[in-house]
Amino acid sequence: MIEIGSELPERIFHINRALLKRYADASGDQNPIHQNEEFAISVGLPNVIAHGMLTMALVGKYVSDFAGGSAKVAEFGARFTKPVIVPKDAEVDLTVSASVAEITESTITLNLSATSAGVKVLGMAKAVIYK
Amino acid sequence: MLNPDSVGSTFGGTETIAVTQSEVDAFCAVIGETDTSIAPPTFTIRITLSQFEEILTRPEIGLDWTRLVHGDQKFQIFSPVRPGDELRCSATIESYRVAAGNEIVSVRSDLERDGAIVVSAWSTLVVRA
Repeated sequence: MIEIGSELPERIFHINRALLKRYADASGDQNPIHQNEEFAISVGLPNVIAHGMLTMALVGKYVSDFAGGSAKVAEFGARFTKPVIVPKDAEVDLTVSASVAEITESTITLNLSATSAGVKVLGMAKAVIYK
Repeated sequence: MLNPDSVGSTFGGTETIAVTQSEVDAFCAVIGETDTSIAPPTFTIRITLSQFEEILTRPEIGLDWTRLVHGDQKFQIFSPVRPGDELRCSATIESYRVAAGNEIVSVRSDLERDGAIVVSAWSTLVVRA
């Protein structure tokens, strides 16, 4: 039974450099901060970082799976608060969870949480799905 | 610096962009989505961000894309996007401000299919000082 305050099961996604390359190709976002360590450091980042939109795409997958498919997602938004840092040869965890914030006749609103290495990487992350 | 006179302007909306099965397949594969008959909720960012880049970096608008970070993103999906869709895409510069030397631009993208809106997306883009 889903009710306001219900917690959804946590899920862990894995991010590595190869996935960043695949996302770059799939999204068209070839910014070198997501692929080239030397470049990323040269612009003041700690290391290569994941595309914020990759993080959001993975959280979107979490939402779609709960909702019963991509077609049931009505709204989805987030603020990119901290980067997901992806060192070479590392497999970085993205931990996603959610709670039910609102229920209407036709929709459910989820408050989403996404953390990596213990750091909250999305803020105000929210999705509205069709029942 | 972004030309402040551009705030409130809407661009594009003339040519159509085709959503191909192979694009949807590639996006789905990255996130582990097995249903490739529908585009995942954030798929349209590939259309939206490249349109924003094309518009905002025009000489008369003047945004520096090389120092850009994505501040936030929101999608409102009125109708799911599917492979084979022909989408008309327009972009509106909704607001602009400078804070601590950072330029903060809010842009909206509207995607239409056969004259009906399918996705509106809002992006806050920050050009770091």
